[in-house]
Amino acid sequence: MGYFELIIACIFVNNILLAQFLGNCPFLGTSKKMETAVGMSMAVIFVLVLAGTITWLIFTYVLVEFNLVYLRTIAFIVVIASLVQFVEMFLKKSIPALYAGLGIFLPLITTNCAVMGVCILNIDKEFTFMQSLVASFAYAVGFGLALILFAGVRERILLARVPKPLQDTSIGLVTAGMIALAFYAFKGMV
Amino acid sequence: MAKSIVQEFTKGLWEELPPFRLVLGLCPVLGVTTSMENGLGMGVATTFVLACSNILVSLLRNIIPPKVRIACFIIIIASFVIVVEHLLQAYAYPLFLKLGVFIPLIVVNCIVLGRAEAFASKNGIASSTADGMGIGIGFTLSLGALGAFREILGKGSLTIWGDLGYNLTSVFPSFQPFEFMVQAPGAFIGLGLMLCAINAIGD
Repeated sequence: MGYFELIIACIFVNNILLAQFLGNCPFLGTSKKMETAVGMSMAVIFVLVLAGTITWLIFTYVLVEFNLVYLRTIAFIVVIASLVQFVEMFLKKSIPALYAGLGIFLPLITTNCAVMGVCILNIDKEFTFMQSLVASFAYAVGFGLALILFAGVRERILLARVPKPLQDTSIGLVTAGMIALAFYAFKGMV
Repeated sequence: MAKSIVQEFTKGLWEELPPFRLVLGLCPVLGVTTSMENGLGMGVATTFVLACSNILVSLLRNIIPPKVRIACFIIIIASFVIVVEHLLQAYAYPLFLKLGVFIPLIVVNCIVLGRAEAFASKNGIASSTADGMGIGIGFTLSLGALGAFREILGKGSLTIWGDLGYNLTSVFPSFQPFEFMVQAPGAFIGLGLMLCAINAIGD
């Protein structure tokens, strides 16, 4: 599979939020305002590319090498948690503007299952290093795209009158279903 | 006022029913509920991790230094997730294949970490076990219900265990399954409608 097809497949066909159901907590949690949605998307793109490549390197050159594949889950979560901490400290010192922009979204990423999920998918699909780099980036862009689209729709819903039991998360989920239906049209494209 | 063990257990079944009341840990809820069997299987795996990690966190709550507690909790949870992963691989291989990436992802399920942080780190072993089991069983039942809802509408049948099943189309021959209910969009819409129903009953 060429890189172009891989990018299309990861952004649209196998969209991380709407087709694979990973990272739904921030999807529902940060989509009430456009601003937070953009912040979260940027933070995810940044961390996911780093995490995807670093976990790939660790898996291939440490875990496989020393026959420790069964420790994958614990190794990945430790890598992701410390990476997020490290990125936070690094940004605070060297790029304060970006740090202020990403704000509280950085620490939240540790428990974002999209990050962990993509790292595991990269390994399960037996991607090469370049492929996992490209796939991580494309998955993150797909996450951002879906989140920003959803936030746009959700801001409009605030103006509509929704029956009481359906309010908030409930109508949010139904809306997400409609967007997923739109993304469903990409199925079978690649 | 301290609650009794029974109350700690039963609150997970309705008052704090995980996916609906707490709206946490939605990824597996949406991802694996294409059938009732998958939903229940995922629920049981999560319950095991939840109960075990609650017990261990509660045992170690006075030893773990508060500053690094989250990291310690995650390591404890990750160890139990590895145990579950290998148990399923050994004894329930077809289910292991179907649940796929969602088994290792129990690690980042907010419910598990949430209970460790909010409950087990502050309470004794007995009530932490009851809390873990209660929340876990509530989670399992919710996954099973959503799985059954999607399977009935999407496939027109309900598989209960292996070959045992119930075919709706034989009772209502004119029933046309909505194919999309077992696909991605159906997960969101099904969960949204169930949340709406629970809210309506709760009020």
